[in-house]
Amino acid sequence: MPTFVYMTRCDGCGHCVDICPSDIMHIDKTYRRALNIEPNMCWECYSCVKACPQFAIDCRGYADFAPLGHSVRARREEEKGTISWKIKFRDGREKNFVSPIRTTPWGSIPSPTELAPPTAEMLKSQHLAHEPDALKVPALPALKPDQLKREMV
Amino acid sequence: MRRRRTVYVDCDILVVGGGMGGCGATYESRYWGRDLKIVCVEKANIERSGAVAQGLYAINCYMGMQWNENQPEDHVRYARIDLMGLVREDLGYDIARHVDSTVHKFEEWGLPIMRDPKTGRYQREGRWQIMIHGESYKPIVAEAARKAATEVYNRIMVTHLLMDRSHKRVAGAVGFNVRTGDFYVFRAKAVIVAAGGASHIFKPRAVGEGMGRTWYAPWSSASAYALPILVGAKMTQMENRIVLTRFKDGYGPVGAYFLHLKTYTQNAYGEEYESKWYDDTKALVGNYIDQHPVPTCLRNHAILREIAAGRGPIRMVTKEAFQDPHKETVGWENFLGMTIGQAVVWASQNIDPKHVNPELTTSEPYVMGSHATCSGAWASGPEDYAPAEYQWGYNRMMTVEGLFGAGDTIGGTAHKFSSGSFTEGRIAAKAAVKYVAEKGRDLPQVSDAEIADLKKAVYKPLEHYQIYRNEIVAGTVSPSYILPIHGLQRLEKIMDEYVGGISVNYMTNEPLLTRGLELLGMLKEDVASLGAEDLHQLQRAWELQHRLLASECVTQHTLFRKETRWPGYYYRGDYPKLDDESWHCFTLSRYDRESGKWAMEKAPVYHIVT
Repeated sequence: MPTFVYMTRCDGCGHCVDICPSDIMHIDKTYRRALNIEPNMCWECYSCVKACPQFAIDCRGYADFAPLGHSVRARREEEKGTISWKIKFRDGREKNFVSPIRTTPWGSIPSPTELAPPTAEMLKSQHLAHEPDALKVPALPALKPDQLKREMV
Repeated sequence: MRRRRTVYVDCDILVVGGGMGGCGATYESRYWGRDLKIVCVEKANIERSGAVAQGLYAINCYMGMQWNENQPEDHVRYARIDLMGLVREDLGYDIARHVDSTVHKFEEWGLPIMRDPKTGRYQREGRWQIMIHGESYKPIVAEAARKAATEVYNRIMVTHLLMDRSHKRVAGAVGFNVRTGDFYVFRAKAVIVAAGGASHIFKPRAVGEGMGRTWYAPWSSASAYALPILVGAKMTQMENRIVLTRFKDGYGPVGAYFLHLKTYTQNAYGEEYESKWYDDTKALVGNYIDQHPVPTCLRNHAILREIAAGRGPIRMVTKEAFQDPHKETVGWENFLGMTIGQAVVWASQNIDPKHVNPELTTSEPYVMGSHATCSGAWASGPEDYAPAEYQWGYNRMMTVEGLFGAGDTIGGTAHKFSSGSFTEGRIAAKAAVKYVAEKGRDLPQVSDAEIADLKKAVYKPLEHYQIYRNEIVAGTVSPSYILPIHGLQRLEKIMDEYVGGISVNYMTNEPLLTRGLELLGMLKEDVASLGAEDLHQLQRAWELQHRLLASECVTQHTLFRKETRWPGYYYRGDYPKLDDESWHCFTLSRYDRESGKWAMEKAPVYHIVT
């Protein structure tokens, strides 16, 4: 069932419920722990796996085409700025990968309001925010009005 | 029936959908509209919503103008070739000229973009693609949007747009909170629809537990189209569905494999096959087969022909490239960064591409506006150069006053991908701020009766279920209602069998399409009998209704275009060839909500000819 939750690890905190893009991680009313209520609408996107502070969520590949015995585990560490992966094949082979996830501190993106307000002239121009500087070319390219024609090419 | 609370939210600019397009729109709205109230509403959580929720390993639209790698017109020509001649070149150029500034901001915000150690430039995967460590691509972009928005409303499924009393101007949107069940009425001076394209309108290859492993996210529920269609916005190129050649079962991406790892395909017997089908394809599409790179649909076509000739499966030859440990790492991280499910499939089936050449497959069709396809709303072009026929107001405004769009929502602009969708959100937002300043200064007037009617309609599936569930002992079979999953599977079967899905090898014709429309019509009647057990199922019920309306639109467009423009995406058996004489044009549709009728027309294509 794509993602599933280990009974002994889940403490019912609801991080997975909050993050799931498909709205399929819910809290079971009897056990007060999370479960995947609709495995056939799971994309195996691992948003819940990455968000779980108890590492209680794992993934078992879709039953229609994935034989048992595999595992793909993820550990996302925001403070370190990395994600680590461990892939285990059905036959026991293993592969490990680590990738960076961010180069700046979390929360460090400035709001556009911290920039000088645009002038009325700028609003009339074709420039978007931070342009032309952020383009890293001297001027925003443009077509001439007659460059688009109703002819076959 | 429990009385539902109604929450009113008044704002200047309402952004519907917090994916890449919506985050771009939210950010840019704030830059230009410092004093405006900017609200972003999302059915999930913008931290991980939209098609990029899982992450990406590449940004597929970057010019590299700073290093003179490409100019915007090069990208326009590329998209035109890939889409068999038909793209909105004015809109495509507009995205291409701005997209580099978007990508530079992403890097500044903390997105790890790989660099070529020799040149110091961004590491190219292909001509247009740059490689990233994009596991947190969406959280980073969402952070920028949250900083910019006045308010972000997560977990609200928007079901309908609102029109002003005069019916001349958009006035906001309504929806419900998936957690609390509250009814939300957003009244806005301008609305930017940046919702998702459509997965799950055609029957997927995996129909059991794995039906969620579609290529495009299962939460992309066609709201991008249904919302504007319902208020009478014109749609374009809705027949232009896309079929993806991908690794089997997991639909893992092949871009990095082809472009960066230099892997290639062969048939089951180790033979090159594409050249065998050159004459066959040339007879169908003429000179379009001689373009470089060969259009995506035509490469699909060769695969389909080779498989039909009994020489499948097609395999990706990875064994050579994967002997290089760096390439092996790139190959795996590519999946882990954006399609983890493919790594799961390979681990489960003991497929190590170092030792086995993995199988490829062609996916079920999808309708969206940002990949190698360009379905979506018909939008006004950039003021400085768009031809008069493409300009009726503000940039990216649809044919409804005050209604803007970005990302999957806007038609004609293929190959914008994540960076281009964010950029298009920025373009739409600047135009929306201008619109609010110049024309939309007053908050539109919405009739209380319309709000009351919509509120009743929104919760009807819950009510219907409550009334009729006691008619039966237990279980899912009722003579009085169907559940959302029942409706979805019927929709997928109709679209698959009549509108060119996998079970008919993407083939359709007029009699099939006509019958398909009849069956879709009955399903449209039956959704009045949808039953939803809880708020989650109510979300599914509305996703189904959005998918259904988009599917009807797709079918109408497919019927209207009497040619086979994109063999490999779909075939009209009754018009098997490309016909530039009659169909070198866009198809446009407009839906009339009262009569349920569709009006179809053609619109001209303008090309950069110099």
